[in-house]
Amino acid sequence: MTAKPRPVPTPDTQFYWDRAAEEELWLPRCDAEGTVFWYPRDFCPSCGSRSVSWVRASGRGTLAAFVVNHTPHPSYAADGPYVIALVQLEEGPRLMTNILGVEPDPAQLPIGMPVEVVFEDRGEGLKVPQFRPVAA
Amino acid sequence: MSGLPDVVIVGAAESENVGVVPDQSQFQLAADSVLRALAQCGLGIGDVDGVASTLQVAQFAHHLGTRPRWLDGTGVGGCSYMLHVRHAVAAIQTGQADVVVVAHGESGRSRVGPTLRVPDMASPGGQFELTYGVAGTFSSFTIPTTAYLHKYGLGEEALAEVTAAQSAWASQNPRAFRGKSLTVDDVLASRIIAWPFHVLECCPVTDGGGALVLTSAERAADLDLTGPPVRVAGSGETCEGPGASFMEDLTTFRGFRDSSAEALRQADLTVADIDHLMVYDAYAHLPLYGLEDIGFVGRGEASAFIASGATRPGGSLPMNTNGGGLLYTHTGQYGMFAIQEAVRQLRGEAVVQVPDVRTSLIQGVGGMFSAAGALVLTTA
Repeated sequence: MTAKPRPVPTPDTQFYWDRAAEEELWLPRCDAEGTVFWYPRDFCPSCGSRSVSWVRASGRGTLAAFVVNHTPHPSYAADGPYVIALVQLEEGPRLMTNILGVEPDPAQLPIGMPVEVVFEDRGEGLKVPQFRPVAA
Repeated sequence: MSGLPDVVIVGAAESENVGVVPDQSQFQLAADSVLRALAQCGLGIGDVDGVASTLQVAQFAHHLGTRPRWLDGTGVGGCSYMLHVRHAVAAIQTGQADVVVVAHGESGRSRVGPTLRVPDMASPGGQFELTYGVAGTFSSFTIPTTAYLHKYGLGEEALAEVTAAQSAWASQNPRAFRGKSLTVDDVLASRIIAWPFHVLECCPVTDGGGALVLTSAERAADLDLTGPPVRVAGSGETCEGPGASFMEDLTTFRGFRDSSAEALRQADLTVADIDHLMVYDAYAHLPLYGLEDIGFVGRGEASAFIASGATRPGGSLPMNTNGGGLLYTHTGQYGMFAIQEAVRQLRGEAVVQVPDVRTSLIQGVGGMFSAAGALVLTTA
């Protein structure tokens, strides 16, 4: 079985993946503007400031968009249809993710549904931020 | 383009065969197209001093036998050819080149010749999209659509209408890869690829080539042309993010908005002046975004506009008149074929000809809501 995809961090994204390995979601922030941006860079893409830092995210957001993929990546083939989604975080950024812990049925995936982060262990020190519906 | 000399398309040809072409490499498909396009304007390889292509451009320029003084290897996906045309116009206007060929050849289906594409897991799209089981463009480019449908209270049939309307063109076109007449129900009954997208709402993957020859209107006047020259009246280009998840707004594409606005402004035209429209349609949501983002219809109105028959033969805004990427052909970087169809319509040579086309707008997208290029072409 093919292993699920492994992101290759770059120097400016290493912190994000290192924190994810500890099951924490952190986001890059521009100190000059006081705003969170996405994706991680060592400068702010809004104002160009090099003064950037990291803030820990709440891990909460809402479902912004999705597909139910019936034509899987080889490494996902054993999962059956799966959800590839965009989640709008409370802090502003929008992340791609799978939605775990839900039937891959559009009726179970209303746009705007509250979701929360979980971490999927892909082995060898890699954990990937994922999202699941917030328990009612 | 006030004060600058006009630049015209004097040659426009597709490869002899498009669709399934297992016996030709990408370079062969592209070179076949270039030779056919040059033959339309009485020019030879020795006249070409500018080459633009998504193929490795220095290799391909040598392969053709040219000794260019101008090269453009802009590779931003399927709209690259709109950008090549835009850049070629500037080059010809400023004297950097006299005769430019823009060439496409892609063995998307048969994979003959150099076709290496390795997903880069260190790129932003690799780290933050491909990590999540994105299996192809069908499971990524499509994602924003659910936000669009939700915002306007639309159902799956909004997408199916796009394919059904385009089948009214494709079913009259013997070169169309998918040449059947299709109803909305036919489309909705086809296999689900990535809900809400069915296979007939996703482009096929094909082989083919296409080429354009551009020169100044002044030079064109001295050439022996097989068809009337087509003027490049305006163009626009821009880019947004590295993938669909990085869009500024999931329900509208700034790339479409900005590039089309610039092309229309340059041409000194408005959407009301446009007789014919090509909107790059790798997937069925793109004509919905395109119609709204260019400004032909209001927000959320595109699927009703298409369902009304407005974009079908005899309608007020003929769109994707070759059948589009969804039904005609889609080699991977389809933009060249959209330009080819617009040129044919303006020359009066299309397989399914719209009467009296004097202006055409071609809207391209590259990558997945990443780059955009638009052209306004007119009769000379």
